[in-house]
Amino acid sequence: MFRHHSLWACALALVCPFPLQAIANDSEELEKIRAEMQQMRASYEARIRSLENQLEQLLKNTQLPEQNMARIEASSARMRNNTLESSRNIFNPSISLILSGLYVNRSQESNDHITGFQTGGEIGPGERGFGLGESELGIYANIDPYFYGGLLLALAPDNSIDIEEAFIQTTALPGGITLKGGRFYSGIGYLNPQHPHMWDFIDSPLVYQAFLGGQYGDDGVQMKWVAPTDLFLEVGLEAGRGRIAGTSGKNKNGSAMGSLFGHIGGDIDTSNSWRAGLSYLHVSPQQRLSDNLDTAGNFVTNQFTGTSRIWVADFVWKWAPHGNMSSTYFKLQGEYLLRRESGTLVYDVDATSLADRYRANQSGWYLQGIYKFMPNWRIGLRYDRLAHGSVDYASNNPVLDFDGYVPQRISWMMDYSPSEFSRLRLQLAHDRSRENTIDNQFFIQYIMSLGAHGAHQY
Amino acid sequence: MKNVPVLLLIAFLATLTRPAHALNVFACEPEWGALAHELGGDQLNVYTATHALQDVHHIQARPSLIAKARTADLLICTGLGLEDGWLPMILRQAANNAIQPSKPGYFEAGNYVNPLEIPQRIDRSEGDVHARGNPHIHTDPRNILKVATALTQRLTELDPSNATFYQTRGHEFVQRWQAAIMQWETQAAPLKGIAVVTHHNAFPYLASWLGMKVVATLEPNPGVEPTSTHLAKVLTKLQQQPARMVIRTAYDPQRASVWLAERAKIPAVVLPFTVGGSERARNLTSLFDDTLQRLLEALK
Repeated sequence: MFRHHSLWACALALVCPFPLQAIANDSEELEKIRAEMQQMRASYEARIRSLENQLEQLLKNTQLPEQNMARIEASSARMRNNTLESSRNIFNPSISLILSGLYVNRSQESNDHITGFQTGGEIGPGERGFGLGESELGIYANIDPYFYGGLLLALAPDNSIDIEEAFIQTTALPGGITLKGGRFYSGIGYLNPQHPHMWDFIDSPLVYQAFLGGQYGDDGVQMKWVAPTDLFLEVGLEAGRGRIAGTSGKNKNGSAMGSLFGHIGGDIDTSNSWRAGLSYLHVSPQQRLSDNLDTAGNFVTNQFTGTSRIWVADFVWKWAPHGNMSSTYFKLQGEYLLRRESGTLVYDVDATSLADRYRANQSGWYLQGIYKFMPNWRIGLRYDRLAHGSVDYASNNPVLDFDGYVPQRISWMMDYSPSEFSRLRLQLAHDRSRENTIDNQFFIQYIMSLGAHGAHQY
Repeated sequence: MKNVPVLLLIAFLATLTRPAHALNVFACEPEWGALAHELGGDQLNVYTATHALQDVHHIQARPSLIAKARTADLLICTGLGLEDGWLPMILRQAANNAIQPSKPGYFEAGNYVNPLEIPQRIDRSEGDVHARGNPHIHTDPRNILKVATALTQRLTELDPSNATFYQTRGHEFVQRWQAAIMQWETQAAPLKGIAVVTHHNAFPYLASWLGMKVVATLEPNPGVEPTSTHLAKVLTKLQQQPARMVIRTAYDPQRASVWLAERAKIPAVVLPFTVGGSERARNLTSLFDDTLQRLLEALK
């Protein structure tokens, strides 16, 4: 049609000036041409109108950002939905990997023990020189609307893998109750339930090393109840197999560990908050191996089987101006532990092997302060002290008794965290946990956290 | 001492049979606390977990927060990853079934707006990026409108006996808020097209609403403290592309923006950022009144 009309238009334009007159007398022909022209005009007008409309529409769109906004918003919402749909791995568990490495310089050899204490598990700050700290691989997720679960593997520098945590817990029970089962860090004390990479010093307090083998986790069940009060109050109960301080627990029906703990806490004002707690742990260690020096100066390994009762009192107080911890804060924390144990101790289990009664009533505490003095930078000071208390080794007294020696240690640290995912730390310690031995320690450590954004305990 | 277990048992049983009461609301941020108050009035018992002088990215799962979350019927948070560092811990520790993410008692404001700045690439080398977009959505009042509508709906679901009350109040709020937005937009006309520098990337929604251009941030990457090399770069950039002011929130440290303001000879402006961030910003309306006033004054 269009081509037809344009041909006609060209023809008309050429012909119009005079030939039209030449054929004017042919009225029928004229009428025909008129009609054609009319038709053409109508068609052009329609086209122009439509173009004008289009132009108007375009102008309107550019003048009204709201409309554009609406369109953009709609398409961005579509995009967002698409991303949610397409990223299937959104349901995968959150995975976090903690990488840590150490350099250790010590004025003494790494034959770690604590004079006068039957220990077990991880004692001392480890070997000298360069080394890997424990790398941790954690995988956590909600399982369904009712359960949450996770696994934490500790990859030790000697290429061994330890399962630190492998637990499930409920999320949907009424009345503030949480049940947990599997392997998990016991809820006793303040530091114990925390992952080691969250600790403010490279190593655990001396009293944790002496009584809990560094940190106590067990296979068992836990019930926790949070009270519906404005003051935070939680009470917990645990039962387990008694895997304390490097032992593998007791193979028997029922449990070889029971614990009871309670915590209260709250805010004093917007800048100050606190938490305090009391815990009791009753555990039956089986063949707990402790490295000690005997009175003749020989290294021996003693083995304990019996029952151990531990009381823990803990508190922490945190201060930050207006509660904004990003640039400045101060944290003061302390724990006091008391351990009573009785059972059988085998002196020098690898050679002499003399078994007799053993009974001990010992305690220890630490106090530490951490100060974030500017964004990214913190310094900290910790003092550790153990009280030998009363220990009766029966017939082994002459070879094992170090009555009255008070192990202690003072540690200083400074760390720098360029972001919340990385931390570099320098730690100095003056360690007198061994009689007649002063161990001056120097550490450099990095702790880096890859993957999921960890949510941390108070 | 013997009575302790018995007392605990009684206390526990008491919690199982809670009487009817005003809904307990746990608001993660002051703006949502204020919005809940606007929409629910006395029917809601609102607790705000953080305040304007705190950086909500970095909050600790304090015992007081766990205790408050324990008794909450409704949790209102921004979401979009803003509270990732502390909220999951609180939800797990508080053991409150009603406010777990799958439940109606869990409300994420970020789900009802269109997030800006959804990253194309998610890599921590770019700082603490939020995969689902920038979470500071409340600095655009049109987002508050959307959240208000969704929240009204949620309140009527959770507390059907007061449905009419929430609907009326919600309707009133929307009317009032729409009128306020029109007024703010007229008032803010001079801000259109101006270039600004911000400390943290906390104001993309405000900027997009008012047509301001954020030309630089003082943090080299989100959540990373300003460094002197980065500040020097920003200063050089401003020489080619001048900005009218440098903006920070009430909780951002002032040093970096004061440093830049002096050298670039532009005003450093503290915005309340959220309710309670300034003397005047006592509620949502005065939050925007004050924000605009401060921006316009800096323009003079």
